[in-house]
Amino acid sequence: MTALLEVNHLTKQFGKDSKALTDVSFSVQEGEFVSIIGPSGAGKSTLLRCINRMIDATGGEIRFQDLQVMDLKKKELKQVRTKIGMIFQHYNLVNRLSVIENTLHGKLGTKSTLAGVLGYYSKEEKQQAAQILNVLGLNEMIYKRADQLSGGQKQRVGIARALIQNPRMLLCDEPIASLDPNSAKVIMDHLKKVSTTMGITVVVNLHQVDVAIKYSDRIIGINKGQVVYNGSAKGLTSEDIQRIYGSEAEDLIFDIGGIHAG
Amino acid sequence: MQADIFAKKKRNTLAFLLLLGAVTILAMIITEYNALKGFASIPKAIQWGMANFYPTAESLEKLPVILEKLQETLLVSIAATTAAAAFALLFSIFGSNTTRINPFFGAITRGIATVFRNIDVAAWALILLFSFGQSSLTGYFALFFGSFGFLTRAFTETIDEVSGGSVEALKATGAGYFSIIFQSVIPSSIPQLISWVLFMIETNIRSATLIGLLTGSGIGFTFNLYYKSLAYDTASLVVVVIIAAILLIEYASNYVRKVIL
Repeated sequence: MTALLEVNHLTKQFGKDSKALTDVSFSVQEGEFVSIIGPSGAGKSTLLRCINRMIDATGGEIRFQDLQVMDLKKKELKQVRTKIGMIFQHYNLVNRLSVIENTLHGKLGTKSTLAGVLGYYSKEEKQQAAQILNVLGLNEMIYKRADQLSGGQKQRVGIARALIQNPRMLLCDEPIASLDPNSAKVIMDHLKKVSTTMGITVVVNLHQVDVAIKYSDRIIGINKGQVVYNGSAKGLTSEDIQRIYGSEAEDLIFDIGGIHAG
Repeated sequence: MQADIFAKKKRNTLAFLLLLGAVTILAMIITEYNALKGFASIPKAIQWGMANFYPTAESLEKLPVILEKLQETLLVSIAATTAAAAFALLFSIFGSNTTRINPFFGAITRGIATVFRNIDVAAWALILLFSFGQSSLTGYFALFFGSFGFLTRAFTETIDEVSGGSVEALKATGAGYFSIIFQSVIPSSIPQLISWVLFMIETNIRSATLIGLLTGSGIGFTFNLYYKSLAYDTASLVVVVIIAAILLIEYASNYVRKVIL
């Protein structure tokens, strides 16, 4: 196994003295399912967005497929982004467009400006979109407008838009934070399936420690912009959780013994 | 402590009302305005209006001329608005926080739009009178500049409000700038943009009447002509026609809004 993504000594500073990330280092293997957990405001979203440079980090190094992401020019950066799918808490779909149009948006990165502006997609691309939507159980929604869908369905469209990119890696920013427990389970099951059957590396920001333990190969715990835990999901102890969540740990609504036993 | 806050609020309100009263009285003294006389003359004005200001059978003969002028005014207003909307769309895309190319360029475009917005349409008409004289071209440009400033502001806010999330998502897929604009920004904001354009057309038809008085063109000038030549019946016919046109346009644009939103 080789490291698909390597983050070394990453720092991000907003303004003069508010540090979002301090000396963050970790690596992600090809095909791995990694969860990033931590309290609100710990820097999870910032970290995720630094990886595909939606936010530019202040210092450090990011290697993706042996490319120095932080040194890339505009055009090369776009090329790298086509290999990384992204999924958002609020789905970030174009509400007035249909499900299949939203899915095909994942292909825009590989298109010429003219084809992108006109929204020209080939027959193969449309078939691929329909097939992905079928796998995600949305075959009856293909021509519905995105704003007519439920939250869970919208997030599945978000996954479809990422998958049509034929990505090597998915970055998921709180994908289930706005969903009810049932939809959340469906989404996490789909992400797990994507990881195991398609061999796509998945990095997920999560609020729910129990979900992270259940689904991930590895967990990275972040507190105040620093990595405080980096290890297997099974090895996460209540002391680790204490370290990740600090004084908030006692307020978490589950107990760790119960999760490992279940 | 809490009682203090309420007492302070009361004091502030009282001080504000006193100030308002003082300014009003001062203004009345300077302009020698007699409030009693002013209000007392309203019934007389209504009386005069009822006696003189209504269309007669004779004035209906002038209807074709009036309608021709009305048509000119309507078309100038619509043309000025649509042309302004095209420019406003361009400027709002460059000025919006979500879609600007860089902060510096964004600030410049927003600055230009602010200047145009803060000069009133009537002021534009006066400025442009020097260059174009008394013609409908002056009215057209006055409406164009005013609408351009207002629509740029409205469009910018619409774009910021509606398309932030999907712009981020498409950027993350590696999509280029123009693909993002045409596949995400425009589809998500187009109904609101059209709604703003319709609103602007309505407003401009109203202002066009006034601007016509200044620039000596369109329906405003027609009204002025008849009014000054004491042809009150024809002047009132002009007013009736304008009101009918405005109501009709408003009805039409409300219908369009209902369909697209």
